Amino acid sequence: MNPNILIVAEHDGRTLSVATAKCVACATTVTDAAVTVVICAADATDLAQQAATLAGVGTVLTVEHPVHAHPLAAAIAAQIAALAAPYTHVFGPSSTFGKDLMPRIAALLKTVQVSDIMAVESATRFRRPIYAGNAVLTVEVLDGAQVVGTVRTASFQPVAGGGSAHIEAAAPVVEPPHHTRFVSVSAARSDRPDLQSAARVVSGGRALGSAENFQLLYGLADTLGAAVGASRAAVDAGYAPNELQVGQTGKIIAPELYLAIGISGAIQHLTGIKDARTIVAINKDPDAPIFEVADFGLVGDLFEIVPQLQKLLG
Amino acid sequence: MKRILVGIKRVVDYNVRIRVKPDGSGVLTDGVKMSVNPFDEIALEEALRIKERGAADEVVVVTVGPADCQPQLRTCLAMGADRALHVQTDTPLEPLATAGVLRTLIEREQPFLVLLGKQAIDDDNGQTGQMLAALWDRPQATFASKIELTEGKAQVTREVDAGLETLEVDLPAVVTVDLRLNEPRYVKLPDIMKAKKKPLDTLTLESLGITPRAQLKTLRYEPPAQRSKGVRVNDAAELLAALKHKGLL
Ligand SMILES: Cc1cc2nc3c(=O)[nH]c(=O)nc-3n(C[C@H](O)[C@H](O)[C@H](O)COP(=O)(O)OP(=O)(O)OC[C@H]3O[C@@H](n4cnc5c(N)ncnc54)[C@H](O)[C@@H]3O)c2cc1C
Repeated sequence: MNPNILIVAEHDGRTLSVATAKCVACATTVTDAAVTVVICAADATDLAQQAATLAGVGTVLTVEHPVHAHPLAAAIAAQIAALAAPYTHVFGPSSTFGKDLMPRIAALLKTVQVSDIMAVESATRFRRPIYAGNAVLTVEVLDGAQVVGTVRTASFQPVAGGGSAHIEAAAPVVEPPHHTRFVSVSAARSDRPDLQSAARVVSGGRALGSAENFQLLYGLADTLGAAVGASRAAVDAGYAPNELQVGQTGKIIAPELYLAIGISGAIQHLTGIKDARTIVAINKDPDAPIFEVADFGLVGDLFEIVPQLQKLLG
Repeated sequence: MKRILVGIKRVVDYNVRIRVKPDGSGVLTDGVKMSVNPFDEIALEEALRIKERGAADEVVVVTVGPADCQPQLRTCLAMGADRALHVQTDTPLEPLATAGVLRTLIEREQPFLVLLGKQAIDDDNGQTGQMLAALWDRPQATFASKIELTEGKAQVTREVDAGLETLEVDLPAVVTVDLRLNEPRYVKLPDIMKAKKKPLDTLTLESLGITPRAQLKTLRYEPPAQRSKGVRVNDAAELLAALKHKGLL
């Protein structure tokens, strides 16, 4: 049987997340795979159109139900499990959406999950990082088990557009659970590029010392057209909001250019930036571990260097 | 009895620099420091605070793993857990099997809340809590940075990619915790002495009627690709020149 892969789309109700196009990219590296994208939404019309253009997608399934106005794992998992039977693989992104959802699907299907797939070696063999990226495992799924997987999005480039998949509506077959209710989301809307997909990221650490000082980095980021990131220490101290955290427990990113400013380079931070093309470190400690991974290192006081950069770029 | 069940895992301490064995059969763990998974410690701390506020009567910690997990369970008892359950097995279980074990223990313990770390820092799987919630057919709230309990319900603030999301779930429920939920307390010497007298029950998979099935085989471990060593620049102007030269600006 040829691989038949179902991808659970991530979206915000209007726009398909680029993570979905990356999951498609991962799925198309499985030889001879047929790829279906399923969209659970309150209104899936526009989203289905967007998914249909992704190169390599054969079918788009839509499931419309008011409960899917917000991404509740319990509701989506029940729905996906109900329609997963024909598929050999069910993939979702390794974002907080997918990390929350996919294991619930795997358990309902009584099957195994491969987390953070960074490469596909065959339909049953995958590579994934463990120990905050300090080791890479190659794993084999046994006995023809259905494979649930989360795709490490930093490892894949989104597929191009130009496709024309066939769109089908699937009936919402299960009564959604009532035990979980969405209350609110406090997303700081910003005009800056999105941290997860930005080509350039300016990131700050504990050294910034205050939320006020952190504004220095916003200035530099705006000049560079960059997104802003932060270390855990900076987020814990309240200098930056949690959605900016980069690392093992934050976002895993792969920008063209990453500027680590006043960040020491703990392994938990480095695992989030391993795939950045170029890393720049600015740190006053010449022995900071960040310099071991930096392509360009500048030893000095950030409070002098950042304004200088700003001026030279201005 | 209002009971909270907390799942914990013994892992290589987060400060240890992990090295892959030269033959690719695993990572070097001989003589390295082992600890309670940091996320699980936060889960336990939260359970203890809930109990101290009077919203729970008992905190039970459970781990599934080999005999040498007992020091970590004792640490949890010293932090303040009332008793510990050790499901002893030398076979490493996959997350679905671990979730199955926890599901069985829930039947016995009848907790109103199950708290787990959002991931273990060794396998970085991040699956057990969600799988448990599915097997139990109960709500899940993952990546919690705030938990508020009201009659029969919990309001949980979650750290998601977009920012902070709040869910309301009916109890019982599974909540997996993130780093900013709290800062775990330090264990004091007298507590370590007291912990020695607290109950620690050992169970086997057989006694729970569980035969774990392996669905995944590890073929090899490799060190990650290394980044090549970079260069030092002397000042801001040199840095910008270097970035321009590389076509990055
Ligand atoms: C389970 C777990 C998960 C974790 N997950 C993450 C994660 O996802 N992301 C993450 O980032 N961390 C994570 N951490 C935390 C991590 O271990 C480090 O504590 C954290 O990354 C440190 O942040 P920092 O580099 O900003 O702070 P520090 O380590 O304190 O470094 C500050 C740096 O700034 C430099 N500095 C100070 N003043 C100046 C100045 N004026 N100019 C220039 N440089 C200056 C110092 O030399 C130092 O190198 C995790 C930890 C654990 C245990």
